Amino acid sequence: MQGEDSRPIKVEVKNLTKRFGDLLVLDDMSFNIRKGEFVCVVGPTGCGKSTFLNCLTRIHMPSEGDLFIDGVPADPRKHNISFVFQEPSALPWLTVEDNIAYGLKIKRLPQEEIKARVDQILDLMGLQESRKSYPGELSVSGEQRIIIGRSFAMKPDLLLMDEPYGQMDVKMRFYLEDEVVRLWKELGSTVIFITHNIEEAVYLAEKVMILTNKPAKIKEEVMIDLPRPRDITDPKFIEYRNYITDKIKWW
Amino acid sequence: MEKQDLGAQLIAWRQEQKKESIRYVLLSIAGICSVLAIWQAAAMLGLVDAKLLPAPTKILETLIFKLGNKAPDGNVLGMNIMASLRVALSGFLTAIVIGVPLGLLMGWWTYADRFIRPIFELVRPVPPIAWIPLVVVWMGVGLKAKALIIFFTAFVPCVINSYTGIKLTSRTLIDVSRTFGAPNHEIFWKVGVPSSLPMVFAGIRVALGNSWSTLVAAEMLAASAGLGYMIQIGRTVARPDIVIVGMVVIGGIGAVLSLILSRAERYFLRWKVDR
Repeated sequence: MQGEDSRPIKVEVKNLTKRFGDLLVLDDMSFNIRKGEFVCVVGPTGCGKSTFLNCLTRIHMPSEGDLFIDGVPADPRKHNISFVFQEPSALPWLTVEDNIAYGLKIKRLPQEEIKARVDQILDLMGLQESRKSYPGELSVSGEQRIIIGRSFAMKPDLLLMDEPYGQMDVKMRFYLEDEVVRLWKELGSTVIFITHNIEEAVYLAEKVMILTNKPAKIKEEVMIDLPRPRDITDPKFIEYRNYITDKIKWW
Repeated sequence: MEKQDLGAQLIAWRQEQKKESIRYVLLSIAGICSVLAIWQAAAMLGLVDAKLLPAPTKILETLIFKLGNKAPDGNVLGMNIMASLRVALSGFLTAIVIGVPLGLLMGWWTYADRFIRPIFELVRPVPPIAWIPLVVVWMGVGLKAKALIIFFTAFVPCVINSYTGIKLTSRTLIDVSRTFGAPNHEIFWKVGVPSSLPMVFAGIRVALGNSWSTLVAAEMLAASAGLGYMIQIGRTVARPDIVIVGMVVIGGIGAVLSLILSRAERYFLRWKVDR
């Protein structure tokens, strides 16, 4: 199921290992991600998916190995790394537009550039009318959209998403999945999306990375070459879903 | 999910909030009127001795009298109010200016916490009144001395609440800023301080209550004007109406200050919505 890809390599992960005391959580993981690629990471519950992402963002420092962006060790101060967390993470005291501008201001981008990017994201997400509202005045899904908009506004070198739709109903999830795909195509960001939902992974990804049980290793990389928008009832879609499910099974 | 729906829902929700707040104000006014009515009825029906507890109408009469007359304490009511406000507000504002930043620093930087906390924990349990003799020796009985007593009562809640408030900052919001590459001091200003504001305001509210209620004790330090002083003179000359006027004015001004604080709080915490 592998395919050819001519895009340059954007992210290189070499021998990534993480231990908490004696507990080995990530075991010598190496892989590459191409520029503008959409990668989904799936694995059994508790296999260390979130730890893996936290190591990529430097929230946790890896015990061994490292992450390189454009050949340079990743550094949140130098590179644009955006993270969409599982928990709601809009800053409640900032308006929708200020939330979207938050990361851009930290990066000290020029004022005009910030304004242009915020307007672009508000337009893309249909949030223009609520730009002066506070996150608490919107619904939970509205708040999650702000967070996704904030991440894409960074035009990140690497966008990491940790089960961002874990707490949402099916209808809202489909809606936001389409929105992420739209933003990704429009802005050409490189995305690593963690999920335990295999259907979601097949729906979104160009490449699915399957992790083993703890200590996590990469079991297999599966290229998903289905056309978009994808149809979850398509026999080929179901074939991919069943294949990945079989690979994850540990029972 | 439509944009228009979202806007219309927001407007309807805001209107409903406004109606509800008017209902609450009316309920509060009804509560105060009921107490006054019961009090008046008790005085008129002779259920209480009018010499010991004068009726609300008598209190109102004395209040109006005191607006333009100096008897029996030597100051018109306005002067007493100004004298008390000076003492209470100097102590209270100094406590905010010193206490809030101190609490925030202790809560954010472990080194500041370890350095300051032991001193603070030793000073904290000492009742503010216990400082009076020492303060008199240090500063005499002027404005500074009285303001210092008020400061001690207001300082502790300012520090504790700011400390707790910033300690409760969401780990996720800190991580969001870190992944964007923000240095620690920037995260302190942009995340720690705003997220601690609800607790800081709760602390300031307690501090305000403490300041105003310690006023009478502070004015025991030989005063020649002030609401606490007026109450003491009222007691000396056996005029319960003067004492009650003093109490009512202290209560009224306390409520006004609390209202001003609520407005400030509502402005600074306008983002806070209970979902």
